[in-house]
Amino acid sequence: MLIRSLIILLLLMTTSAQAAKVETGNDAYNPIFEALYTGSFTEKEQALKDLMQTDIEDKKKFLNGIVNKTLMVHKKSKKVVWVEKQGSKFKMTDAFSGEDLGLDKKRKVKKFAINNKMRSQVSALISTMDLDSDDAEKRLAAINSMLANPAPEYAGFLKQRLDKESNNKVKQAMQLGIALADLGHEDTEVRLAAIDNVADSLAPAVRSALANMAENDTDKQVREAAQKVVLEQEEQVRFFGYIETLFFGLSLGSVLVLAAIGLAITFGVMGVINMAHGELIMLGAYTTYLMQQAMPDSVGLALVLSIPAAFIVSGVVGIGIERSVIRFLYGRPLETLLATFGISLILQQMVRTVISPQNVPVSNPEWMSGFIQINSVLSITYNRMYIILFCLAVFALLFFILKKTRLGLEVRAVSQNRAMARAMGIRSSRVDAMTFGLGSGIAGVAGVALSQLTNVGPNLGQAYIVDSFMVVVFGGVGNLWGTLIGGMSLGVVNKFMEPWTGAVLAKILVLVFIILFIQKRPRGLFPQKGRAAEG
Amino acid sequence: MKRTLLNASVGAALLAGTMFSAIASAADTIKVGVLHSLSGTMAISETTLKDTMLMLIEEQNKKGGLLGKKLEPVVVDPASNWPLFAEKARELIEKNKVDAVFGCWTSVSRKSVLPVFEELNSLLFYPVQYEGEESSKNVFYTGAAPNQQAIPAVDYLMNEIGVKRWVLAGTDYVYPRTTNKILEAYLKAKGVAEKDIMINYTPFGHSDWQSIVSDIKKFGSAGKKTAVVSTINGDANVPFYKELGNQGISAQDIPVVAFSVGEEELSGIDTKPLVGHLAAWNYFMSVDAQENDAFIEAWQKFIKSEDRVTNDPMEAHYIGFNMWVEAVKKAGTTDPAAVQEAIVGVAVPNLTGGLSAMMPNHHVTKPVLIGEIQDDGQFDVVWKTSGLVAGDAWSDYLEGSKDIISDWRAPLSCGNYNVKTANCSGQNF
Repeated sequence: MLIRSLIILLLLMTTSAQAAKVETGNDAYNPIFEALYTGSFTEKEQALKDLMQTDIEDKKKFLNGIVNKTLMVHKKSKKVVWVEKQGSKFKMTDAFSGEDLGLDKKRKVKKFAINNKMRSQVSALISTMDLDSDDAEKRLAAINSMLANPAPEYAGFLKQRLDKESNNKVKQAMQLGIALADLGHEDTEVRLAAIDNVADSLAPAVRSALANMAENDTDKQVREAAQKVVLEQEEQVRFFGYIETLFFGLSLGSVLVLAAIGLAITFGVMGVINMAHGELIMLGAYTTYLMQQAMPDSVGLALVLSIPAAFIVSGVVGIGIERSVIRFLYGRPLETLLATFGISLILQQMVRTVISPQNVPVSNPEWMSGFIQINSVLSITYNRMYIILFCLAVFALLFFILKKTRLGLEVRAVSQNRAMARAMGIRSSRVDAMTFGLGSGIAGVAGVALSQLTNVGPNLGQAYIVDSFMVVVFGGVGNLWGTLIGGMSLGVVNKFMEPWTGAVLAKILVLVFIILFIQKRPRGLFPQKGRAAEG
Repeated sequence: MKRTLLNASVGAALLAGTMFSAIASAADTIKVGVLHSLSGTMAISETTLKDTMLMLIEEQNKKGGLLGKKLEPVVVDPASNWPLFAEKARELIEKNKVDAVFGCWTSVSRKSVLPVFEELNSLLFYPVQYEGEESSKNVFYTGAAPNQQAIPAVDYLMNEIGVKRWVLAGTDYVYPRTTNKILEAYLKAKGVAEKDIMINYTPFGHSDWQSIVSDIKKFGSAGKKTAVVSTINGDANVPFYKELGNQGISAQDIPVVAFSVGEEELSGIDTKPLVGHLAAWNYFMSVDAQENDAFIEAWQKFIKSEDRVTNDPMEAHYIGFNMWVEAVKKAGTTDPAAVQEAIVGVAVPNLTGGLSAMMPNHHVTKPVLIGEIQDDGQFDVVWKTSGLVAGDAWSDYLEGSKDIISDWRAPLSCGNYNVKTANCSGQNF
């Protein structure tokens, strides 16, 4: 066994030795690219440094090419080539001579394999070039990447540049860098002054350096000063931690509200137990996917257009369901439950057959990814912030429709007293269809929002149906405010419990809490009052 | 509507007819059972493995079959329903008289069919990575045991990346719980302090990762290099990686190494936020080896699509099937008892350019590879074990399991032998 594996190992070594040869057309470059191509990762790191020493003009382009995999090696000709995707093939251009080498299959060209360490190395190399950039943003990024790994020798380097720097933000970052480097200074006085200088910053590099000093510094005075600052900072960090959790809770709450708000209309106002509600959300998410497929170049615009599109798709499906099934079942909740459950299965299977049983990729537009850095310990992600705003906007719009439009008036009239409404000349069956369509359309809009947060697949709806019912029942059937406040408070409670109970237990505890709450107040947080409550 | 129903039932009747005639001609063929879910939640992953088996059987038949007979696949659908796996397994063995079964995906499904295979003394080849702590006379584990995936991944992070703090994040069920227990014991044995390990479990399909990712971020900002070892299952991975990206955590800051994310899982998602994160497997589609090129070409031709990817469990079936073929040739018969004896020690080429051998504990030897996710949904191999790693059924790092060995050769013939008490306790379910 051992001998056999040895032989295989030898065989492997000889074959890889034969394969290693790269043609760049320049003897000085050959060994570098050969190392990058087939070397070990230590050799590759050295090769990157060597690459910086060569007379290649646009080094940045080459470095970026290696990271972004646009620079590859053609296996057959051994040439280093720029590649461009064309269908299932690659179009190749010689990286050094610029000669067009035609098309070849994907597996016929090979990338320069790199790992995370090399990726950081490349971004460090690029950022050192950026220190002299005209763009202040790039200079700031370069300084920040230096700050991630502070070293005492940076102080001198940064001090030199400080006077030349014109941009305020970059200047501040440099001053922080100098102070941070000074924390490791030999002179006690300099260290003490540096502690004062960094006391306001909650940057992780600062906090870990201070924590280290508080324990290990040789001088007692310095230790005490560091300990004091560490304690103050911990207080602040905890405070911002609460704000962050509150934000997380509100964002989870807004997802719950979005998912439930359509149901608040169909179940809450009309009293229809609609088990297909989750699938209407799913249809909205798939509409987003199809819109993005239709215009692959403008992801953001597709997303915005998906909102009305999803409203129409889910709304029309909802009206279809109401006209064909539910209207025959008013007043028979058990049959409605079973029939809509059947519809939900049909819709799921339809998506599986028509589109794919697998999840589909929905991409986030640029402006939805990333975060706003409020300070070093508190940042707010854009997508969550947009979801909260979106949820409030949908809520406001729905509230406006129900309270201020004729449709809203009719809906309220029919749900409060059907017979009386009909006597006043309202066509109750038309109102039923419109109300159900409205609720379904809103579910579709929720689907657009969810497509940005979670997987879009045939099972998407099932994940939200229980939560939706939970929110509506908890908030009080028939009350939109109840849904908003119920959803938000469930989200916040869930998030505050999560750190000390874990995600699994938090969810269970919330459910138990709701069950107990419903025992005490069967009509939820905001029960309907007056005669309408009888129904 | 009526007409299609009618057509369908006629079709079904015809199909049943052909199946009966197939059973009638049983004597001239060797039957191979394929027990993978073709409907329900697991269908996404398992359908591919069913197709892989059909391809392997077709190729073997082109080579002239086995022992002068043609191989005949018998495909059943356990529909992602664990008890149904046991029923279908019984049907395959008792009714269809198959000589070996290739199948199952989750540990629950394997545990469900295990008593059936032991009772009827048939063979099961299980192709998926699992938590170990099991060794059955009738099961061959061609997927990775924890020491062929999790432990080398941790070694890589510890020695090559210099990771000092560890987040063990998983979905709340048996595979992550057992794997994390092993990893925790392993890390502590390597001198990692309790406060440098954070363990977190989430429900199936968890989609709100904000506070967990924020906790990981805080945990990782303590000045020591931090990594996440993820046993998060299935769908929940996508929102997890998205949230990491949104909160500005890149793979350079806090790398995530996953054991359940492969090429097939990546093919349905937008991989931009994942670039640089890691996965540990015994095979990657991107591996440069002749066997692999040939396999990929055959697969894409068989499935008639150039976009279809290959993955680790497919390689496990490739190894398992070829081992079974070799063992049948060696034994000269398909009789399960004879094949069980013959297969130990059989070595066949794997797809990464080496040989894999069946060990006496019914696990196989494989290399362990660490790959980084690329934006094209493929992995670049960044590290590889220097030799082959033999699968260890009973972890050496768990109390109660470290004294146990498994050796199905005579005279020991035991899957659960305690070397301290010199006692064979049989299979524990």
